[in-house]
Amino acid sequence: MSQQPGTSGLIFNEPNLWDKSRKGRCAISLPTQDVERTRLDESLTGDAPELPQLSELDIARHYTRLSQWNFGVDSGMYPLGSCTMKYNPKTNEVQAARQGFAGAHPLAGDEFSQGALKLMYNLERYLAEITGFDAVSLQPAAGAHGELTGMLIIHAFHAKNGKQRSKIIIPDTAHGTNPASASLCGYESINIKSGENGILEPEAVAAVMDEDTAGIMVTNPNTLGLFESNIKKIADIVHEKGGLVYGDGANMNAIMGVVKPGKIGIDVLHLNLHKTFSTPHGGGGPGSGPVAVVEALEPFLPIPKVVKELDTYKFVTDCPDTIGRLHTFYGHFGVLIKAYSYILSMGAKGLCDVSKLAVLNANYVKERLKGTLNLPYDMPCMHECVFNDEFQKKNHITTMDMAKRLLDYGFHPPTVYFPLVVDAAFMVEPTETESKEYIDQFIDAVKAIAKEAQDDPEKLKKAPLLTKVTRLDEVTAARKPCLRG
Amino acid sequence: MRYLPHTKEDIESMLKVTGQESLDDLFSCIPDDLKTTEDIDIPQSLSEWELNGHMEALASLNIACKDYKCFIGGGSYDHYIPAIIPYLISRSEFMTAYTPYQPEVSQGTLQGIYEFQTMVTELLGMDVATASHYDCGTALAEAALIALRKNRKANKIAVSSLVHPSHRQIIQTYISPAGYEIVEVPYTKEGLTDMEALKKMDDIAGIAIQSPNFFGNIEDLKAFKSIADDKKVLFITSFTESLAYGLLKNPGSCGADLVAGEGQSLGIAKSFGGPGLGLLAGTKKQMRNLPGRFIGKTKDTNGDDGYVLTLATREQHIRREKASSNICSNNGLNAMTAAIYLATVGKIGIREIAQQNHDKAVYLKASLEKSGFESVFETPFFNEFVLKVPDGFEQKRTTLANDKCTFAGINLETFYPELKQHYLFCATETLSKHDIDQLAKEVQ
Repeated sequence: MSQQPGTSGLIFNEPNLWDKSRKGRCAISLPTQDVERTRLDESLTGDAPELPQLSELDIARHYTRLSQWNFGVDSGMYPLGSCTMKYNPKTNEVQAARQGFAGAHPLAGDEFSQGALKLMYNLERYLAEITGFDAVSLQPAAGAHGELTGMLIIHAFHAKNGKQRSKIIIPDTAHGTNPASASLCGYESINIKSGENGILEPEAVAAVMDEDTAGIMVTNPNTLGLFESNIKKIADIVHEKGGLVYGDGANMNAIMGVVKPGKIGIDVLHLNLHKTFSTPHGGGGPGSGPVAVVEALEPFLPIPKVVKELDTYKFVTDCPDTIGRLHTFYGHFGVLIKAYSYILSMGAKGLCDVSKLAVLNANYVKERLKGTLNLPYDMPCMHECVFNDEFQKKNHITTMDMAKRLLDYGFHPPTVYFPLVVDAAFMVEPTETESKEYIDQFIDAVKAIAKEAQDDPEKLKKAPLLTKVTRLDEVTAARKPCLRG
Repeated sequence: MRYLPHTKEDIESMLKVTGQESLDDLFSCIPDDLKTTEDIDIPQSLSEWELNGHMEALASLNIACKDYKCFIGGGSYDHYIPAIIPYLISRSEFMTAYTPYQPEVSQGTLQGIYEFQTMVTELLGMDVATASHYDCGTALAEAALIALRKNRKANKIAVSSLVHPSHRQIIQTYISPAGYEIVEVPYTKEGLTDMEALKKMDDIAGIAIQSPNFFGNIEDLKAFKSIADDKKVLFITSFTESLAYGLLKNPGSCGADLVAGEGQSLGIAKSFGGPGLGLLAGTKKQMRNLPGRFIGKTKDTNGDDGYVLTLATREQHIRREKASSNICSNNGLNAMTAAIYLATVGKIGIREIAQQNHDKAVYLKASLEKSGFESVFETPFFNEFVLKVPDGFEQKRTTLANDKCTFAGINLETFYPELKQHYLFCATETLSKHDIDQLAKEVQ
């Protein structure tokens, strides 16, 4: 077995900020006020908020220590299925931090914001080209926000046609956000099952599609990592009844340069710039979830929209059919800069290579681990593959036990217990930025754990053993919530 | 390409394992008629130094040079960001981690956000705060939905016309598909939300008031609370300038049930309006209605303290279509940034910064009045205020931006057509007396 990255080392205990606080400390030095002090009426003012009082070194040490308890992509392989934890290029951070971007005020006015507008205009064009759609809005602030935008567009489309519909079809391989986004638009989710080989059957869609159904939400490649090869037939069925096809593009990383979703029957698609386009996940955000649409849906895109007139760029809001506004300003511009930098760094060939290598890595993991873990759908996969704990059940070892034990070996676990179509799923997405050596190390670790499951199952039950804390009591946390110190 | 590690030999040996002849064969499960035959038509790839040149050229098309003077706010504020903040938040353990679903290797994010929640509740005087939303507008829309869903009789929400114009539009976008409506509460000649008009509004599910409001004026939140109580509806407050609550009475002490706010002022770059930081807080009673993530404190199997994501049963990945919201990714890294900022300035610093903002704004207003600008509202404000400008100001404003990189005021006519020649000005701690005197001289 290769040497594994996991080990124990000296990390530090660190109390809460307020336990370190000492009255009179302050980590910011303010200038002496050079204008007259003016007091607001006492009826308007309150006591100063009880924030901690610390020196600058207290702050530096506190957050340095906290950071050392975290696992990031820069720490090690993070094969979290469906989340595309690829490397986040450092130059992207440098670009976003440029004073001309980071310092730009959103209400400065179009004529003083030409750089920002030009970047947004170009990024819209590039994303449209990569996905094969006609128009893009960069406004949605995250993937789920993009989904909501897409559903609002579908809702507005049907309203414009004079007859609102009440239902939407959602396959069992959908992301959890899909039904929640649909219900915000008042649509009832009609859940359908994927076929025996893990992909949607046109017949299943035809059986429920009617003229009161707004459309279908399809994730392609789906959350089993399989390509929905019947997508065109499904789209035809939905279109025939006047419905629209929503594509969840969270898994676009698998098909750049191979399939253009806009050309295979999908009408509206959201992208996750924090997945496919390399912007950091930041421990939960901020992300960005642009929406791409076919020409017929362009009038419904959110406002403001960026347009180009001769050589100048401007925002327009005069769009009578728009779904309206979804963000206070123009979306997560700082994230857009990073995605734009990534696209320019990669070029067309680079992006195509990304998808090829992401798919190669996933198929390699699938082939090498399929004797070790159960593989419910044994067929060529896209960017991720889904196993489960069927082989380990006889030793009473679960997917969760194996996931926790992987932490000791120095790997972030895969996504577990999702997608729901696979019982106790163990969903691996290596991404293209992991080298063969890292992947081999990961495979060795999983194999070693599978062996431990037979030889020493108790050890797995206690895992993780090397982390700052052991398994946490989530039940009490939810039953007696303590949400502040 | 430097991000792609595969050598030719790696690819060959991996393909042997997968049983394919070439990389293209990996896609044989996709029917040919679905595959694209065209190349992606985007510019040729750039080296890092070529990218630097390209990006700096683009950035310099924005008028936002290092020494620029910002006399505008309107939801995005120019505050000083101490060097320690970008330094610490750039640590890759924070930046390149995912949502803390595996708490044993995410305690840094978890404790950090737990501390964030705590400091937000302290700032706002509320019982609970979520782990963040996209921005104030989307947080406020979520708050409006809570009020509307709770009230089975009314399908309208009363929103002050002095709530940020974009926020009102976002609420509209979020609530209208479900058949809900906004009724706007007009404003008075003092630049405050009209209480008398509000009192007459029936069949509403909640009241939303921004303070300081879009004109910068401080609303009497307690009085609005009693109107909400009379109507037995939820009282929602919002704000775009979080530093105001270093000085002002917090919304909790005024009786707010839900508070939505913008946290951009707390150490986050303006960045052309995003990503900012949506704050959402509530009373204990509202805890389970609040959408988004919460971090809670618990124990591990050894009895040591630790933190986890909690109350997930409200969320989309468990509840699916029955979830209170579809929010998944939030603005976590910016929440962490705000936490570092709040810890850095602390109790002493936040008070002093808030006071300096107010002082500078009062001085700016007096200076511009001396230069011939007309006061519009004689109402207490925090760091923003409205003035009626002399003829020809718009032209001067453009010249100032182009020549001096100085942004003076936001034209309110764009948002309130009746307010011709009215501008919204802002002053923060980053402006010196000299900067203000210069502006007053230039616009005379």
